[in-house]
Amino acid sequence: MSLSKRIPIFLLRLLALGATVSATLVMITSHDSAQLFNMKFEAKYTNSPTFKYFVLMNAIASGYSLILLFLPSKSSYGHLILILDLVMALLLDSSISACLAIGQVGKNGNSHAGWLPICGQVPKFCDHVTGALVAGFVAAIVYFLILLYSLHNIMNLFFLKT
Amino acid sequence: MASEAGEKQESGRGKVTGSKLDLALVLLRLLAFFATLSATVVMALNKQTKTIVVATIGTVPITTTLTAKFQHTPAFVFFVIANGNASLHNLLMLVVGFMGPKWNFKGLAHLAIPVLDLMNVAIVSGGASAAVFMGQLGRDGNSHARWNKICDKFDSYCDRSGGAMIASLVGLMLMTVICSVNIIRLRNHNSNKIVLDSSVNVVP
Repeated sequence: MSLSKRIPIFLLRLLALGATVSATLVMITSHDSAQLFNMKFEAKYTNSPTFKYFVLMNAIASGYSLILLFLPSKSSYGHLILILDLVMALLLDSSISACLAIGQVGKNGNSHAGWLPICGQVPKFCDHVTGALVAGFVAAIVYFLILLYSLHNIMNLFFLKT
Repeated sequence: MASEAGEKQESGRGKVTGSKLDLALVLLRLLAFFATLSATVVMALNKQTKTIVVATIGTVPITTTLTAKFQHTPAFVFFVIANGNASLHNLLMLVVGFMGPKWNFKGLAHLAIPVLDLMNVAIVSGGASAAVFMGQLGRDGNSHARWNKICDKFDSYCDRSGGAMIASLVGLMLMTVICSVNIIRLRNHNSNKIVLDSSVNVVP
């Protein structure tokens, strides 16, 4: 692959590495506690399996990005890398979607199930988690861009337009 | 152009012949269509009503009716929409697969099918995972956030939504396989072609 095709992919993978690493770190360092009528509210990311899944997926994706940054581009694993890119993009997508679902319940509550929102009591935790979700969203989008760019390299879209 | 010829790497990766692969793909897509369709239908018809006694005044019990519907949770609404979309997409791809040789797409279908597949796989994965984690929250509750579990009261609602989630996850796996096979075939298909100006000659 020529240099003009290698540089955008390298930059995209670097961006994906940054996004996934920052999502993991921001989610890990999120915690807050509040005191309410003698009850102590302690909010950490380990309280919910969804956030643990989010941290796990972003850690795996950041390790994968790190490995692929240093891989030579014209290796014989082209197919495998494409499939792994697809799987990583899907995993990141599922983790962000699940966290959004749980975060929506935490912010707005669910009156039918009798679940009260918790963001009023632990606002710092909610803001921190929102920041981590934004980074995770950026990571998912960048992974899909990587996949589309790989498809574009394969398809040679300019050939189709003539 | 030189890079195009240089891309002709392992073009003979597939050990299955063309028509057998097509048949296998059609079969997989049929299964995926049924899986996503059943997930949509089961979740859309998911409703349970329960009457519980709140208080007793004298000898007259005061009852209240609680309903569990899928519309109460945005995650399940998104699940129904995503799986409905995916089942429509699978149906469309089945139709295109059967009528394909009659319609001449001039190469646009070779690009549109994998990209559409990719989009729908992403949407279904988002919907399925959101529903799975919301279901886990409903089944176990969250003691740290003081959220009670609801599955002990609405057991058939939980069972049915669990069945819909399993069907959707099976459909997601099948669609991922189909999508990756399409992408690999795209790569092989393009690496076998040598572009000669405007005429397209497929050189095997």
